[in-house]
Amino acid sequence: MELDDLYQEVLLDHYRHPRGAAPVSDRELVMEEVNPACGDHLRLAFELRDGHVVQVRHESRGCAISIASASIMAAFVEGRTPAEIRAAADGVIAMMRGESDLPADGPEDLAALAGVRQFPMRIKCATMCWHAMKAALDRQDA
Amino acid sequence: MSEPVCQCGDVPFRVGRTWNPERIRGDFPVLNQTVRGRPLVYLDNAATSQKPSAVIQAVCAYYGTCNANVHRAFHYLAAEATRRYEEVRRAATTFLGAASPREIVFTRGTTEAINLVAAGWARRHLRPGEAIVVTEMEHHSNLVPWQLAAAATGARLRFVPVTSRGELDLEALDRHLADGAARVVAVTHASNVLGTVNPVAEIARRAHAAGAVCVVDGAQSAPHLPVSVQEIGCDFYACSGHKMYGPTGVGILYGRSALLEETDPLLGGGEMIERVELEYSTWAEIPHRFEAGTPNISAVIGLGTALDYLESLGRPAIAECEGRLTRYALDLLRATPGLRVFGDAPERVGVISFEVEGVHPHDLAQFLDTEGIATRAGHLCCQPLMRRLGVPAVSRASLALYNLPEEMNRLVDAIGRAREYFRRGA
Repeated sequence: MELDDLYQEVLLDHYRHPRGAAPVSDRELVMEEVNPACGDHLRLAFELRDGHVVQVRHESRGCAISIASASIMAAFVEGRTPAEIRAAADGVIAMMRGESDLPADGPEDLAALAGVRQFPMRIKCATMCWHAMKAALDRQDA
Repeated sequence: MSEPVCQCGDVPFRVGRTWNPERIRGDFPVLNQTVRGRPLVYLDNAATSQKPSAVIQAVCAYYGTCNANVHRAFHYLAAEATRRYEEVRRAATTFLGAASPREIVFTRGTTEAINLVAAGWARRHLRPGEAIVVTEMEHHSNLVPWQLAAAATGARLRFVPVTSRGELDLEALDRHLADGAARVVAVTHASNVLGTVNPVAEIARRAHAAGAVCVVDGAQSAPHLPVSVQEIGCDFYACSGHKMYGPTGVGILYGRSALLEETDPLLGGGEMIERVELEYSTWAEIPHRFEAGTPNISAVIGLGTALDYLESLGRPAIAECEGRLTRYALDLLRATPGLRVFGDAPERVGVISFEVEGVHPHDLAQFLDTEGIATRAGHLCCQPLMRRLGVPAVSRASLALYNLPEEMNRLVDAIGRAREYFRRGA
């Protein structure tokens, strides 16, 4: 169990320069997710245009893992369909739980989160944004 | 980093020894190990303390020599188990400065003790429109039970705010007490986040003057400070065995006997009754009324040994040595670039919360763990206080009587390396 497995360079780059990070106003907000156990906080916004998710923005407060994961997710979902995103979310969550390997056509840089699986206390940090994304899509359907 | 200077060498033990940190550390077998290749530095004592060999052996000795249920059978083992169990009640009476063993109830811990007061005493006495005064710095265990009591009775909660120094605003307390509606003032003796020691004797005096009872959460004070509930003048005082070098699963509720007499039990069953008819029962005398079922006998006996251990070191000596180490740690931490300590109360225990620029508390705790340093990160069961401080989480180092200045140096050095580590990618 090495710290560098957890905090890989690519992960820290996403933490320092999160893709899609921007303030999300209450009017834009699609989904808000809080992990009360650790205080991680995510505000998510996007639009659905012609069946595709676009204009993805997230406002994240939390540890390096939670912010990097939201960054990786935001880069992936831009321009994709809800079905593609749901499938990717399920793949990421299954991978983080150790139920499957790294998905072949999953988000770019997802491998940077693979080390988190060795740290069970931190898995929720990486999966919270994907749960929020799925819930947001469900809400859009409703 | 400068060489550590332990200034504790001249504090006399009550039993005539001098304070010897190496000898004390030798009493705690868990400390004698390496974690991740480094000697363990255990700084999560506010969550739970480590246990001296004497406590571990006392638990084993109970099971190995006199395991039996208490207060029931007539055989030798039962008599011996009961004798040891009740001896601890007398030791706890002395330890907390209570007037009588009748005022000492064994619970599972501080949480259960406060719940017993909130559900057993407060629900019976509170009326709609009356008030429960709590503070912004309470652990959830001294807040949520009062929320439940308020919901059940129609009483209202009132909150004493925390000042920027991390102390209670006592003028606000007076305003909350002014209309005479308050029946309860519940306050922590020492904050598990800020380390602040609150003036509980003064708070109890003001509570009584306004017709309220005073409930003190002593989870973070009993292990570190000499405590006398009669000098404080509080009506209830709760603490946990496992935070003061005893086993998990046992705590103490002190209650003034007149108030315990008018407290309903939380649990009904064996051991807490006097006479049982099919339709009704009468209750045993206090404190047995509150100890339904088979108690955690081994933990109570282990707690007794822990209390003996603290008394043998001398509680004023413990407070003095921990105070010096706390000041040493605070000076080091405050001088660390990019580090901010929360709270600045002059009266405090060795619970130190802080934030480090550019490193989230969870990432810091993870980093420190790789150097064998155990700290805590998160909201520390104080979500309202986190909102008051304007942070989602903090890092916490909490000290105990076996910690050393060298360990504070290692903590601060490691924090510096953590800042560098997480600067990668910046």
